[in-house]
Amino acid sequence: MNIVVMTDNPTEKQDSTSPVVEVNSLEQSTQHRLQVALPEFTEQATDVGGETVGNVRAENPFMVAENVNVYYGDNHAIRDVSLEIGKKQVVALIGPSGCGKSTFLRCLNRMNDSIDTARVTGMITLDGEDINRKAQDPVALRARVGMVFQKPNPFPKSIYDNVAYGPRIHGLAVDRAELDSIVHTSLERAGLLKEVKDRLEDPGTSLSGGQQQRLCIARTIAVNPEVILMDEPCSALDPIATARIEDLMDELCEDYAIVIVTHSMQQAARVSRRVAYFHLGHLVEVDDTDRVFTNPRHKLTEDYITGRIG
Amino acid sequence: MQSTTLILLLALLATAAFFFGRGRSLSLVGGPGHGPALHSLPGYYGYFVAIWCVLPALLLMSGWMLLESRVVTALVIAGLPESYQLMPEGQLNLLINNIQNLASGDVVSVAVDESMQAAATELNGYLTKSRQLLAAFALGLACLGGALAWRRIDRDFRARNRVEAVVRWLLIGASSIAVLTTIGIVLSVLFEAIRFFQKVPATEFLFGTTWSPQTAIRADQVGSSGSFGAIPLFAGTMLITSIAMVIAVPIGLMTAIYLAEYSTTRVRGIAKPLLEVLAGIPTVVYGFFAALTVAPWLRSTGDSVGIAVSSESALAAGLVMGIMIIPLVSSLSDDAINAVPSAMRDGALGLGSTRSETMTKVILPAALPGIVGGILLAVSRAIGETMIVVMAAGLAANLTANPFEAVTTVTVQIVTLLVGDQEFDSAKTLAAFALGLMLFVVTLCLNVLGISVVRKYREQYD
Ligand SMILES: Nc1ncnc2c1ncn2[C@@H]1O[C@H](COP(=O)(O)OP(=O)(O)OP(=O)(O)O)[C@@H](O)[C@H]1O
Ligand SMILES: [Mg+2]
Repeated sequence: MNIVVMTDNPTEKQDSTSPVVEVNSLEQSTQHRLQVALPEFTEQATDVGGETVGNVRAENPFMVAENVNVYYGDNHAIRDVSLEIGKKQVVALIGPSGCGKSTFLRCLNRMNDSIDTARVTGMITLDGEDINRKAQDPVALRARVGMVFQKPNPFPKSIYDNVAYGPRIHGLAVDRAELDSIVHTSLERAGLLKEVKDRLEDPGTSLSGGQQQRLCIARTIAVNPEVILMDEPCSALDPIATARIEDLMDELCEDYAIVIVTHSMQQAARVSRRVAYFHLGHLVEVDDTDRVFTNPRHKLTEDYITGRIG
Repeated sequence: MQSTTLILLLALLATAAFFFGRGRSLSLVGGPGHGPALHSLPGYYGYFVAIWCVLPALLLMSGWMLLESRVVTALVIAGLPESYQLMPEGQLNLLINNIQNLASGDVVSVAVDESMQAAATELNGYLTKSRQLLAAFALGLACLGGALAWRRIDRDFRARNRVEAVVRWLLIGASSIAVLTTIGIVLSVLFEAIRFFQKVPATEFLFGTTWSPQTAIRADQVGSSGSFGAIPLFAGTMLITSIAMVIAVPIGLMTAIYLAEYSTTRVRGIAKPLLEVLAGIPTVVYGFFAALTVAPWLRSTGDSVGIAVSSESALAAGLVMGIMIIPLVSSLSDDAINAVPSAMRDGALGLGSTRSETMTKVILPAALPGIVGGILLAVSRAIGETMIVVMAAGLAANLTANPFEAVTTVTVQIVTLLVGDQEFDSAKTLAAFALGLMLFVVTLCLNVLGISVVRKYREQYD
């Protein structure tokens, strides 16, 4: 792992005479110039617009965002964000409201396509392939990168049909028996099967909020995606339902890469391996979760996680 | 004095009263900026005085105008020679009518004699006097009311509450006018229909299959006793309505889907207002479009492929009516589709659905109740539509399911029954009310059903 420290002045990064030394990280940062300073320079960075502090690289990168910018009309909502998401790991996105967490998340499965004013630049790759390339079908992409939303949004169909929806449209089951088994395993993995196995034909909307959210997760994993994006999945849930979903994430990350947006520091600390702190569209700091929460390297991150902003 | 002048004067008085009232409330607390010392804002004191100035005067005016003609007529009759006063009521009414016409300078239907001339002059005199009195009283009352109200103003006077109460009653009055009118219309139709059913048994009307409403105008005429079986009319209505819906539902629905889900904001911005223009075309224009363009075209096309199409066909009327209803269907469906929460859409897209999968598997099922409700409203519109069928569907009460033949509808028959001269209490005329009642009941049921379906569906997501 490389240790990265911000300079106070972003223009310094081009300056070879600067005291900040540019080195290659131990792992993959050869393609990237990252600012690495000697440990004695670890005073906190305080600027907003500078290079990301910490380590944007993941050990085993699966989704890679490079210099992503998002504009909503004239509003520059994401500013030059680079971030890697590793296989089998949970990455938490935190930051004050309106800082662009959802926007960034929506870039990863091209949900921003359906917003007329949104424009995305930069490069996002999934398993080495550019997801924004011409030949990429967004529909196929979204089958690989599933999404769970802030508000549970089960379709007005039966519980069974909700889960079977994805496999049906993607033709994942050849017959009814296989579809049944997909539905059952998905509900099982989402920890919902016990509660609903006798009422699979009831409407999905008849479940409680927490159950609905687990139904939506079951619906997402039924398609067997490789990455799961979750935008504040627990914000409408009580602590018990939240705990169940957090447990669920622990299990799911053995197979999937998970990106979760959350407003709860505790939740980020509990479920994630790495944390990314966004501020006004900038990715301010990314690092291993315990490091960020014990020893934030950017003033803004520290202020946020100690409750001084946000 | 003319009543418009009087009303203008009252308006002036009211304005003045407003400023007096406001001024007094301000002077009580020693000028503006001392608001809290008053119970209400100064403006409310102004409105209070203005209301007391105008309202009683207006009430007096309307009461006066209601009674005026009656009183004046009575006075004129009292002034007529004995011989006239002893005339039977009908003739007397005619005479009075002529005197009134004479007085206002209109054409008079009989030779004018001296006493009539005198009575006319007298009438004009009374009228002038009445107006003068009214003006004096109304202005006096306005000043009096204003002054009394003005005197009541003090710091603790609750002017705001008084004004709000008046506003509330005003609004109640306005809305009850609409409601009462509706009730009145329904009741009058109902009573006339009951009179019809006293002449023609309800069973014959509801289940008879022959419609030929020619009745004898004079008792000694023979042969035409009329038959009032409404089935052919309802069958014709249903036939045309079905044709219209077959056109309007798919096209309207697809338009709505395109506008709501596929079009860019620019296309939508242009197409929606255009559709609204289509909805705003007067039905009479559709009517002659149907009669002069579509019907002849259908006929010649039919001839060329060997189908006999009558020049007034159910098909022509139904086609054009369908086109007329497209905007209604599409805008109601559009509302229903847009009311589906976008979370639904995102959820489906997030699972990797294509747009059409999202549409057919998620959005449409969710919007279906709203769409059905909208379609029911459109059906009731089609059933009640008159102008197009009058011009394009014909008058022949055929009981047929063949869209190429001429049929007639309930609304067309109502129109033909009431156009022309006939007695007001003949079965023929009264039949129109019975038909109207039936039509009203059917469309009311459809509307209630449609609205309740739409509403139930709204609640699902709120
Ligand atoms: N559909 C949109 N159209 C235009 N601007 C948008 C849209 N969605 C988001 N924005 C803008 O982009 C910026 C980032 O919004 P985003 O929803 O990503 O914030 P967020 O970090 O998810 O906030 P929250 O924590 O409140 O969910 C905001 O300034 C917002 O106004
Ligand atoms: Mg958000």
